[in-house]
Amino acid sequence: VTFKIVNGPIDVTALVAEVRSDYDGAVCTFQGVARRYSRGREVVHLEYEAYPEMAERKMAQIADEIRAKFGVDRVAMRHRTGVLQIGEASVVIAVASPHRNEAFAACLYGIDRLKQTVPIWKKEVWSDGEQWIGWEHEVSSSEFGVRSSS
Amino acid sequence: MIVKAQLFASFREAVGSSAIDLELGDPPTVSELLVSLRRAYPEVGPTIGSAMVAVNLEYVGPEFRLSESDKVAIIPPVSGGGVA
Repeated sequence: VTFKIVNGPIDVTALVAEVRSDYDGAVCTFQGVARRYSRGREVVHLEYEAYPEMAERKMAQIADEIRAKFGVDRVAMRHRTGVLQIGEASVVIAVASPHRNEAFAACLYGIDRLKQTVPIWKKEVWSDGEQWIGWEHEVSSSEFGVRSSS
Repeated sequence: MIVKAQLFASFREAVGSSAIDLELGDPPTVSELLVSLRRAYPEVGPTIGSAMVAVNLEYVGPEFRLSESDKVAIIPPVSGGGVA
């Protein structure tokens, strides 16, 4: 229904209220959450950066795909930017539909596509360095992206 | 022709700016843009080779020809398998 890049905490309850209607027997939400351990390193915090106009457009296009594939038209997405502490949600997707199967399928499809096409970048900040994620398959961290944090 | 390109994330940090101007031939393709960018700003490093380019908020391929009024952005690989 709406697709936004936001700078502060994401209100999941409000997002559920936005998609739910009296026709729906199922509401499925997905939250991507900042975790403490990643690839064997301890994360201090995460930083997300977006290309907001394009990211919101790409999220709306994913909702169009969901409508075509699953017949579900009540979908909302939020992605947060800036600094996130461990345990905070960086992304929330909410889907409502009459029955649960389409809601689960649409929610999974939504997050998978979001990670492929929406221009948003994550930086992991560790106690002894940091790295933009997305590069680790191309080059080793010693070649690119890692530097001392102070 | 001068092309203004927006930079994000690792490229923005490497160059130290969120937008750059590049002088290119007329009319340049996206692959020519990336070659010039790498020549003018070698600090972007070899990973510029796996960048995508967006024009007017849509991804375009290497043969796409740029026009003066296009809104151009260099898109590093998106964050991928991280959060879930």
